[in-house]
Amino acid sequence: MNQPASAYFLEERHDPNETHTLSVLVQNEPGVLARVIGLFSGRGYNIESLTVSETESQKHLSRITIVTTGTPMVIQQIKHQLDRMIPVYRVVDMTLTGSSIERELAMVKVRGGGDHRVEALRLADAFRARVIDATTESFVFEITGNSSKISQFIDLMRPLGLVEVSRTGVAAITRGPEGM
Amino acid sequence: MTDKSHDPNQMTGAAMIVRALIDHGVQHVFGYPGGAVLPIYDEIFQQSEVEHILVRHEQGAGHAAEGYARSTGKPGVVLVTSGPGATNMVTPLTDALMDSIPLVCITGQVPTHLIGNDAFQECDTVGITRPATKHNWLVRDVNDLARVLHEAFYVATTGRPGPVLVDVPKDVQFATGTYHPPRKSDVHISYTPRLKGDATQIRKAVALLANAKRPVIYSGGGVINSGPEASQLLRQLVEATGFPITSTLMGLGAYPASGPNWLGMLGMHGTYEANMTMHDCDVMLCVGARFDDRITGRVDAFSPGSKKIHIDIDPSSINKNIRVDVPIIGDAGNVIGDLLQVFKAEARKPDIKAWWQQIAQWRARNSLSYRKNNDIILPQYAIQRLFELTRGKDTYITTEVGQHQMWAAQFFGFEEPHRWMTSGGLGTMGYGLPAAVGVQVAHPDSLVIDIAGDASVQMTIQEMSTAVQFELPIKIFILNNQYMGMVRQWQQLLHGNRLSHSYSEALPDFVKLAEAYGCVGLRATKPSDLDGAIKEMISIKRPVLFDCRVAALENCFPMIPSGKAHNEMLLPEEATDEATAKAFAGGKALV
Ligand SMILES: Cc1cc2nc3c(=O)[nH]c(=O)nc-3n(C[C@H](O)[C@H](O)[C@H](O)COP(=O)(O)OP(=O)(O)OC[C@H]3O[C@@H](n4cnc5c(N)ncnc54)[C@H](O)[C@@H]3O)c2cc1C
Ligand SMILES: Cc1ncc(C[n+]2csc(CCOP(=O)(O)OP(=O)(O)O)c2C)c(N)n1
Ligand SMILES: [Mg+2]
Repeated sequence: MNQPASAYFLEERHDPNETHTLSVLVQNEPGVLARVIGLFSGRGYNIESLTVSETESQKHLSRITIVTTGTPMVIQQIKHQLDRMIPVYRVVDMTLTGSSIERELAMVKVRGGGDHRVEALRLADAFRARVIDATTESFVFEITGNSSKISQFIDLMRPLGLVEVSRTGVAAITRGPEGM
Repeated sequence: MTDKSHDPNQMTGAAMIVRALIDHGVQHVFGYPGGAVLPIYDEIFQQSEVEHILVRHEQGAGHAAEGYARSTGKPGVVLVTSGPGATNMVTPLTDALMDSIPLVCITGQVPTHLIGNDAFQECDTVGITRPATKHNWLVRDVNDLARVLHEAFYVATTGRPGPVLVDVPKDVQFATGTYHPPRKSDVHISYTPRLKGDATQIRKAVALLANAKRPVIYSGGGVINSGPEASQLLRQLVEATGFPITSTLMGLGAYPASGPNWLGMLGMHGTYEANMTMHDCDVMLCVGARFDDRITGRVDAFSPGSKKIHIDIDPSSINKNIRVDVPIIGDAGNVIGDLLQVFKAEARKPDIKAWWQQIAQWRARNSLSYRKNNDIILPQYAIQRLFELTRGKDTYITTEVGQHQMWAAQFFGFEEPHRWMTSGGLGTMGYGLPAAVGVQVAHPDSLVIDIAGDASVQMTIQEMSTAVQFELPIKIFILNNQYMGMVRQWQQLLHGNRLSHSYSEALPDFVKLAEAYGCVGLRATKPSDLDGAIKEMISIKRPVLFDCRVAALENCFPMIPSGKAHNEMLLPEEATDEATAKAFAGGKALV
C-alpha cells in the first residue's frame, strides 16, 4: 500500500453502493431542513433526491423523503445520524420495508410541430402523461410515476423538442394499513 | 382581565435567562460581555446566586466550562456576545461535541428586526454553530424563551451529552413575557434516548464473555459520561470476570491505574500489552468507546479474530468504523449493571490463566521504558515525578495537546474518574489552561494542574489573568522542549526530518511572564532541581507557571506506525533511526 504521508489511514473501502429511500418525520421548526442537508454535506453523504413538505399542520410535522446511495455501513450511519437529530421523530428505510410505493411528478415542456408533435402526444398517451398546457407549437406534459419511468419519458422527448423539465423529487409511502 | 404586573412569572427575557440558570442549579457562568448581552449582564449584576467568571477570551470561557463540566458531571454554562463573541466560541463548542461534554452556551444576537441586515456585530450564529453543537435555537419570541432554555439543559445533559447554544436577540432580552419553571412538557418528545439495554442482547453478551479464552474490556469516555456509579460497576465487572482492561485516552480513571487488571491506555501511543491484547483477543467488550481511528489503526487488521460486544448510548457510534457482533444500546452504567447481574447469576469466571501468562510476556517488554538521564530532565521523568509527588492529594489534571499530553496519559496514573480533562477528539491546543480555570472554580480547594507544552500554552495564556483575578491557584506545568514536539516528531518520522516551522522560536521567559500576570513563576532545568521545584509549586496557594526545561528532541513511544496493525508497534528500545525509517517506509502514513 503506497500512500502519501498523512496523519490518517487513507485506505478506501470497496463495498458496493446501494440506493435507499428514507422517510424522515420531523418537527417543522426553522432550520430543520438546513440541519438535514448540512448533515449530508458535512459528512459527505449523497443526496439523489430530496422532497419535503408539511404533512400534519396542527402538529407541525413535516415529512422529508430522501433518496441516497452508499455502502450498507454508510446507509446505516445515515439513518442513525438522522435519528439522533433533536427535531427528528422517526426515520424509516422504505427500501428495507420491501413494500413501499414511490412516485415522482414531473412537468415536461416540448416544442415542435408536424410529426414530432404527433409523436410526442402518442408517447405521452402511452406513458399516461396529461397535457396541462398547449400552444400551437408546444405542450407541457404532467407525468407521475417512479423516477425511472419519468427519466425514460424525458429521454424519449429529447429528440422531439424537449425544452425543459421540472421534477418534484420522490415521495414514498408503504403499502397496507400501517403508517410510519 | 387579570393584572399581570404582580405576577412573579412576568419578567424580561434577560431576567428569564438568569432565573432559568438558577432553576437548573447553575452556580457558575463563564463569560465575556458585549453590546448584545448587556441586558443579561445587568441582571447578573443585580443578584448573587449565580457567580460570573470573567475570562479574557471567549474561547477560554468555553474550555473553562468544559473543564467544569467534565470534573463535576454538571453542564458548563457560557455567556457571550453576538458576532465575534459567538465566533470565538466555535472551537470550544466543537471540542465539546467531539468529546461529549455537556455545555449550555447563551449568545446575544442583534435585535430581531436587524437579523439578516449585516448589522453591527451580527453573524449567523445558529448557522455557524449548527455543525458544532448537538442542537441550537434562535429565540424570536420572549414567550418561547423559558421552554427553549429548559429544553437546552435537557438536550445538553441527556443521552450522549454535548454542547447546545441558545441565541437570544437583544429585543427579546428586553421584552417582557411569561416565565415558567422547568417542567416535563418542555422536553422535545422527539428526543428520548434509550438508557436500558436489551435483555436478549445482554444475555448474548454474557454467553460470549463466559466462554471467552482471550477476553479484553475496552472502555472509553462513555463510562465517565455515565457518572461515577458506572465506573464502580465497571470495576465490579472486572473483578467478577477477572478480565484484563484497557481504556482510551478519554476513559482514563474509570478503572484505577493501580488495579491488577489494568493494561494501560491503548491506541496509537498506548502500551504494547494493551494493543497486543486487543489484537489477539477472542472476545472484546467495548463500553462507551467509539472505535476512533487513533485506536483501530488499519481497520481491516483491527482485532481480526474477535467477537465484539459494543455498549453505547448513541446508535450512530455502533458499526461506524468497525462491525460488531453484539451491539447493546443503552447507558454504560445501566447496561454494565444488568450485565453484571446476569453474569453473576448464570456464569462463572472463565479460566484465562494462559491468557494472563501471555499478557505477562507482553508486559515484560516494558513498552513505556526510557533511558534515564542525570543531566537533562526527560519529559517522561518529569511526569513521573509530578505523579509521585502529588500521589494521595486531591488532584485534577488537564492537558494541552501534543507529546506532553501523551506522556501525561502514559505516566500519570489515574485512580478515579472525572480527574482527567483532555481534548481528545478535536485535539485543541490551548484547551488545558482555561480548562484548569474551570476545574478550579468547581473545586476551589483541590490541586489543579495543567500539564502543558510550550507551544500550546501560548494559545490561551491570557487566562492566567482570570486565574489571578478569581484567586484560582492553578498550576501550569509546562514541559518546555522548545518545539511543537508532536509536529516535530511526525516531521522526523514522515517528512525526512525537515523541521518546517515546528521550532518554538522566540519563546517568552515564562517566569517573567508569570510575574507580569501577578502569579508565581518557577523553573527547573536539571533533574536534581525537579523534586524541590515541584514541591514548591504544590505548596504555593497562588497560580503558578512552571517552566520545566526538558530534553528537546525526545519522541513519544510506543507508537503504531502508519497503515500498520496493533501487533506492529514501534517500541522505544527498537526506535533507532534505522528501525524507525523502516517502520515508516512504504506506507508512510501515521494512522
Ligand atoms: C495527539 C493525540 C493523540 C491521541 N492518541 C490517542 C491514543 O493513543 N489512544 C487513545 O485512546 N486516544 C488517543 N487520542 C484521543 C482520540 O483522538 C479520541 O478522542 C479517543 O480515542 C476517543 O475516546 P473514546 O472512544 O473513549 O470516545 P469518546 O469521544 O469519549 O466518546 C464516548 C463514546 O461513548 C458514548 N457514550 C457517551 N455517553 C454514554 C453513556 N452514558 N453510556 C454509554 N455510552 C456513552 C458516546 O456515544 C461515544 O460513542 C489522541 C488524541 C490526540 C489529540
Ligand atoms: C489549535 C491547534 N493547532 C494546531 C494543532 C496541531 N498540533 C498538534 S500538537 C502540536 C504541537 C504542540 O506543541 P507543544 O504544545 O509544545 O507540545 P509538545 O508536543 O512539544 O509536547 C500542534 C501544532 C493543534 N492540535 N491544535
Ligand atoms: Mg513543546
